[in-house]
Amino acid sequence: MIKDQYLIEKNDNKYEVVIGLEVHAQILSESKLFSTSSTKFGSEPNSQVSLVDAAFPGMLPVINEFCVKQAVKTGIGLNAKINNKSIFDRKNYFYADLPQGYQISQYKNPIVGEGSVILDLPTGQKTIGIERLHLEQDAGKSIHDIDPSNTLVDLNRSGIALMEIVSKPDLRSPEEVNLYIKKLRSIMRYLGTCDGNMQEGSLRADVNVSVKKLESDKYGTRCEIKNVNSIKFMQMAIEHEAYRQVELIEGGGTVDQETRLFDTKRNITRSMRSKEDAHDYRYFPDPDLLPLEFDDNFIDNIKKEIPELPDQKKNRFIEKFKLTPYEANILVSDLETSKYFEKVIENSDVKLSANWITGELFALLNAKNLEITESPITAKNLSNLVNLIKDGTISGKIAKTVFELMSDGDKNPVDVVKEKDLKQQSDPKELEKLIEKVINDNQDKVNEYKSGKEKLFGFFVGQVMKISGSKANPQIVNEILKNKLK
Amino acid sequence: MTNLIDLTLNELVIKIKSKEISSKDITSVYIERSKSSKKLNTYIEETFDDALKNSEKFDAKPNFDKKLAGIPFAVKDLFCTKNVRTTASSKILENFVPTYESTVTQNLWDAGAILLGKLNCDEFAMGSSNETSFFGNVINPIDDNLVPGGSSGGSASALAAKLTPATIGTDTGGSIRQPASFTGTVGLKPTYGCCSRYGIVAFASSLDQAGPMTRDVKDCSLLLEVISSFDPKDSTSVDFKRPNYSLNLNKNIKGKKIGIPKEYRVDGMPSEIEKLWEKGKEFLKDCGAEIIDISLPHTNYALPTYYIVAPAEASSNLARYDGVKYGFRAEGENLIDMYEKTRSQGFGDEVKRRIMIGTYVLSSGYYDAYYLKAQKVRKLIKNDFDEAFNKVDAILTPSTPSSAFKIGEKTDDPISMYLNDIFTVPVNLAGLPGISIPAGLDKKGHPLGLQLIGKAFDEQGILDIAYSMEEKINFKLNTKDWWIK
Repeated sequence: MIKDQYLIEKNDNKYEVVIGLEVHAQILSESKLFSTSSTKFGSEPNSQVSLVDAAFPGMLPVINEFCVKQAVKTGIGLNAKINNKSIFDRKNYFYADLPQGYQISQYKNPIVGEGSVILDLPTGQKTIGIERLHLEQDAGKSIHDIDPSNTLVDLNRSGIALMEIVSKPDLRSPEEVNLYIKKLRSIMRYLGTCDGNMQEGSLRADVNVSVKKLESDKYGTRCEIKNVNSIKFMQMAIEHEAYRQVELIEGGGTVDQETRLFDTKRNITRSMRSKEDAHDYRYFPDPDLLPLEFDDNFIDNIKKEIPELPDQKKNRFIEKFKLTPYEANILVSDLETSKYFEKVIENSDVKLSANWITGELFALLNAKNLEITESPITAKNLSNLVNLIKDGTISGKIAKTVFELMSDGDKNPVDVVKEKDLKQQSDPKELEKLIEKVINDNQDKVNEYKSGKEKLFGFFVGQVMKISGSKANPQIVNEILKNKLK
Repeated sequence: MTNLIDLTLNELVIKIKSKEISSKDITSVYIERSKSSKKLNTYIEETFDDALKNSEKFDAKPNFDKKLAGIPFAVKDLFCTKNVRTTASSKILENFVPTYESTVTQNLWDAGAILLGKLNCDEFAMGSSNETSFFGNVINPIDDNLVPGGSSGGSASALAAKLTPATIGTDTGGSIRQPASFTGTVGLKPTYGCCSRYGIVAFASSLDQAGPMTRDVKDCSLLLEVISSFDPKDSTSVDFKRPNYSLNLNKNIKGKKIGIPKEYRVDGMPSEIEKLWEKGKEFLKDCGAEIIDISLPHTNYALPTYYIVAPAEASSNLARYDGVKYGFRAEGENLIDMYEKTRSQGFGDEVKRRIMIGTYVLSSGYYDAYYLKAQKVRKLIKNDFDEAFNKVDAILTPSTPSSAFKIGEKTDDPISMYLNDIFTVPVNLAGLPGISIPAGLDKKGHPLGLQLIGKAFDEQGILDIAYSMEEKINFKLNTKDWWIK
């Protein structure tokens, strides 16, 4: 559960954890940032490499306009300032999977400036500041475990467009980090600018962690944890790192600014390089590329393509459908879920639909490890089920049975109810017969009830339901029972 | 047939188009002469057999609409040529064979030219004497102990020795104009953005430009017309309508205003050069031009600025030669060791020197004092020219502060070597067009050149002025063929 405030206590001192994220989001684009090579994931190694990607002599980068649009789109989604002029710089360092010997990135003049992301916490909303978003190339991949004595290099990823989204140090707990990443991912998926797939590496993050005494205004020295590739690991890494720093400080030591790696096997972070060993990247403007410039018209045209974003959709759901902020939040966080929901409620009760989606359907998808787009129950059939409950054809309890039967191959609940004869018994005459039987069979309990043990009412309802095979309409049973037991 | 090699590019094209000679005739002549001129060490790679075949192919199905119909043509070995070894005169690319063609050379072949081979140059175009080449130094056909200049020394030497009817070089700080001046030939560095840099081994991206090297101004116009093109593959290529330079070529420069920058009168400049400059002014006046004294106040800072900007870009551009993907690789204990050995053994001293300078000026703590300041000064130098061009149409200067120097004379003194580019580097820093034309001989009988600097994209303007001066100067290159075996 989310605590009101995430604090680390040691020797009567309370520490707040200060976290900033550098998220690397792969832009959804057919081709790379500066070349026409394909970006398809999982292809044969080195099958999607152009002369530019492999940095052959005399090869020159040419900016992919679509990637620029995607970055601007994302910037708009982050309520950020779009810069009409930005500059590509070279970040120089040697590595086997960096063919040019430099990465083309944006240093002092990024394409997107300050913006913000709103998180929904149980305690209310919190705004996380965005420092900047810039465009850069991805490197290739070094593979160390195929050949015993050589490192192999796959350049398929070399030159793929990334957006580096840098947050302000506004995050205060692993849970906030979780929500932040999910919100960012949700926004980008709505925009279609990044698929947010962490397994395939299209969303990665470097995490900056520092701790400070709760009462202090001064931030502590931060450590950067590199390339943590799942939210779970990110949270573990933050937790471990924050405790490590508190232990250090409370032990009379100081935190050194350094880059650390998270060891997922041992669940610790360890030093990768100290500040002294930090690379001198020798950034300078890339002379092969002109400054990236566009006019307001360019931005306005992109604005026209911006779909309804999660926050707007959430507000609409709350206002139009009277959902609680909590329900609305769950339903909009994933674009496909929100689409599914809107399809279900075209013909069905909103509240009931929301409950069934966030309850039974999510549980089913979770258990089967499926995306909502792969749901075994279509929106149409869930809508039918909700309607059967609403019009009293089946009870909520029976509905769960029907749902289970439906999940096995998207059956229409109307057919399932007919086939299995699960229709709710709402005929008072029929129900009266059942109730009389229960009263007759349990005369002792009736006496107890009449002498004041009113809790037994539930027992009678249960008995009626039992002999009806759960088909009795509980509301009508309640009414008749009350009369009979007077 | 001997007089065939004396024909200019334009004359040759006419002879081929009028079917007086075939492509094979002229190609054979140049191949024979090139074969017997090994002493000059101009060629790194010869493609003579293919050239002959291609000339036969041309003759079998000639297309006389092409501007360089069937003309044999050797190019600087900095241009990537498909399936033909391209080395940039470096050990690190000793065996590199590109699978692609540079845009500029593609333009040549599209215009009907036929590749004779690849010409020697300074390693990665870093040098002013063609002495930094891994493939050995080039000799100036003017005299056997003279350098041809650099970095396009092989191109200038081959052109002056008549081993190719015309050629192309690249010019980052004077690499076309200085060797042209040293060999008595014409060399033009176009406005930055005129010629595509795609497929040219990069030295300093913001300064590099390919350009024509020819026997006379008319040839220069024709060749510029062929190689200049807008290229979407080079983001710094400029999309403008390329004029028909050779057709427009006009000797009438009456009323043109020519600026004489006082800052180009440098200390220690030989009086011969001073006199030559004066002579140039007289010629221009004779042609009806007006001479105007101007000032380019930041000229003194051009050379130090250049030697920060160019090495900075080079240090990054040459990072790709790391032994991982192509080119020379030395075995190492691990990745870092392999890098160190590969680059230590693969690069020559001058290249290493510039990589170190460039790395230094970009380092944190030094960036502001060097690179950033150099960029600011570069802007001031450009402003100087902008200011001047409010008053004049072109600027006349000497091309170099001296004539060709002796082989080995400056190899131990990089600063004095760098000083050779003092009149040419400001033009690159400002991105302007500059042309060097032969203007006379010093008392040793070595050629001296004059440089005309034009407004951005006004190649036509300086070509016209050069054309009219050329007639007055009436320079004759007399090389006596002493190297022929």
